[in-house]
Amino acid sequence: MQSLLASIRIAAVTMLICVAGYATAVWAVARAIAPATAYASLITSQDGTIIGSRQIAQAFTRPEYFWPRPSAVDYDGAGAGGSNWSPTSSDVADRGREMVERYGATSENPLPAELAAASGAGLDPHISEAGALYQVARVAEARGLDQSRVGALVRNAAFSPGGFLTQDRIVNVLELNLALDRL
Amino acid sequence: MLTQSILFVVLIVGGTALLSWPLGLYMKWAMDPSDPSSGIAGWKNRAFRVVGGPLTAQDQNWKRYMLAMLAFNVVMFVVTYGFLALQQYLPLNPDGKEALEGSLIFNTAASFTSNTNLQHYSGEVSLSYLSQLGGLMWLQFVSAATGITALVALARGLAGRPLGNFFVDIQRAAFLVLLPVAFVFAILLVLGGVPMTFSGSAIATTLEGVQQTIARGPVAAFVSIKQLGTNGGGFFGPNSTHPLENPSFWTNIIEMIAIILIPMACVWMFGRVIGRIRHAGVIFAVMLAFIAIKITGAVYFETAPTQAFANLPIEQTVGNLEGKEMRFGPTGGPLWSVLTTSTSNGSVGSMHDSLNPMTGLMPMVGMWLNATFGGVGVGMINMFLYIIVGVFIAGMMIGRTPEYLGWRVEAREVKFALFALLAHGLFILGGTAIFAATAWGADTLNNAGPHGFSEILYEFSSASANNGSGFEGLGDNTVPWNLATGIVMLLARFIPIILPLAIVGSLSAKRRSTESSGTLSVEGGVFATMLAATIIVIGALTFFPAATLGPIAEHVITMN
Repeated sequence: MQSLLASIRIAAVTMLICVAGYATAVWAVARAIAPATAYASLITSQDGTIIGSRQIAQAFTRPEYFWPRPSAVDYDGAGAGGSNWSPTSSDVADRGREMVERYGATSENPLPAELAAASGAGLDPHISEAGALYQVARVAEARGLDQSRVGALVRNAAFSPGGFLTQDRIVNVLELNLALDRL
Repeated sequence: MLTQSILFVVLIVGGTALLSWPLGLYMKWAMDPSDPSSGIAGWKNRAFRVVGGPLTAQDQNWKRYMLAMLAFNVVMFVVTYGFLALQQYLPLNPDGKEALEGSLIFNTAASFTSNTNLQHYSGEVSLSYLSQLGGLMWLQFVSAATGITALVALARGLAGRPLGNFFVDIQRAAFLVLLPVAFVFAILLVLGGVPMTFSGSAIATTLEGVQQTIARGPVAAFVSIKQLGTNGGGFFGPNSTHPLENPSFWTNIIEMIAIILIPMACVWMFGRVIGRIRHAGVIFAVMLAFIAIKITGAVYFETAPTQAFANLPIEQTVGNLEGKEMRFGPTGGPLWSVLTTSTSNGSVGSMHDSLNPMTGLMPMVGMWLNATFGGVGVGMINMFLYIIVGVFIAGMMIGRTPEYLGWRVEAREVKFALFALLAHGLFILGGTAIFAATAWGADTLNNAGPHGFSEILYEFSSASANNGSGFEGLGDNTVPWNLATGIVMLLARFIPIILPLAIVGSLSAKRRSTESSGTLSVEGGVFATMLAATIIVIGALTFFPAATLGPIAEHVITMN
């Protein structure tokens, strides 16, 4: 009984310090040192409406935009998730076939793998540089732009996520599409 | 590509090993001050007594220590159960989250009390900010603190000293160890772009004019302690694959370091409390060797491309990308899967269900052994069980009375140790057998054939190892799953804490002898080999038949 009483006292104090105090302190520091990302890196248009978050993939289906990776949750920012299918399963093969058809991939011009594979959270904002370059012809044609100009835009937006620790460069799809709209 | 992978792994595992040394020193200072009544330690002790009340005044024997721990854990469970059950009436609920189902509340409270963080719900879908912070994040602090106290008490007993006082130790662990480290990592995550806000979801209108709701919240504070306390329960459903929980390559590195940092430091703290730092070094090396083998296996098997794409015009030059995020690079997913299961963390940086079959075996091996660094505090305690058994076998082989640190190990202690170790196997294999044979398991699978079996096996392994990761395709939010894994998590949490304390109680009632040249030295290669062999024989072979039915069968059938 005495043990329970001591436990309750300690529970109350840990709750106060490790939850209320700690969360408030982190929140206050975050507001001060990283105000943009603390609110989930939102991008707003000139009239103040929120377009999206630069960290969260959004659906793109029109030919004039670059498309992100497939999403098992249809880019639901309030209910993220992966496919959780085994990489040996026929479900993954069926989705692969669908994506091959969508992009018109052929054995001479194979599809970069991430454009056929769903990401872990279904909200991966990035594709590989190769995956973006793969889409340049379609985007340029839909917009009546020169392919080299769109290609240059991709190369300009691509970055190495881990510096010398990673080899392949990646592109943020939403930021790339915003840059495209500004052309 | 290969050199980058090796560099990446060595940087993270090696770097954290280096960091764990000073942290171990600090933890000894914080948890077990050499003179607790004077100086800074005395000042802190008086504060802890004010908080804890009269029971904090004297040392406890192992039974009292254990009962105090259980009482505190009951309070943890009840308080969180209350927060979860009443969340719809409580404040800090900007997105209006509704009531939760009863068996899910039981499962979640059991899961976070036992430091498991198995999640049969999806955070951003089901929980209010108050449930996340006041219920779950609080348990992430105090359940990890419980693990540290159990280890420090065990170590004091082995050193031949009184076990200490639980109500003082728990405050030391929470306030002096976890809180400052969590704050530092939370700030690093904030700098890396993890959100920290109490505002509700943002509603966006996308470039193509569709509405997208973006869930967010006080993520940075939560993720920091989730990683450091080997908790692993994510703020969002898909855990650290979620771009707001883990926005970049660099936050991925920070979070991986946070997974293994305190479990590594616990080994050093143990060595310092028992006054045998070289012995701790040998244990550390054995743990590191197991981790290195699993990492090599996982990274190697995951370089195989997605098998389902083999006959399609899709690039086969990169590894399997299903369930992985581009920003973490090719090695991030498999490395994380090993680190998170070698410790009892259970957060994920890629979807384990979508790992290649043999890669998926590596996390399972980690959970089966559950002592290659293991959970905060309890990993080293599990290793202590293997040591007791190993020392006993070695003693039988050389025909001398088995001793550990001068304490005579006899039948009673070995029985306790084996019981704790074999209970783990019983929970996993027994549970898997029942659910694989009945509709309880079969109706909840997301994949057919051996991979479906792996989903069940993984779930019970995760529950019993207090890990919390999952082959998340499994539809595990059902009453049978919630109850079965809830009970397994609680038993598998407290049996391997109570029995080791009982062993120490039993050992320290004997007369301690001085170690002579005839006793097996615990500081050399022979001991390390003996320990590794014990781990393999007891830990791994128990589960080998089950592994052949799951991941190995899938590999043989489908990967060609």
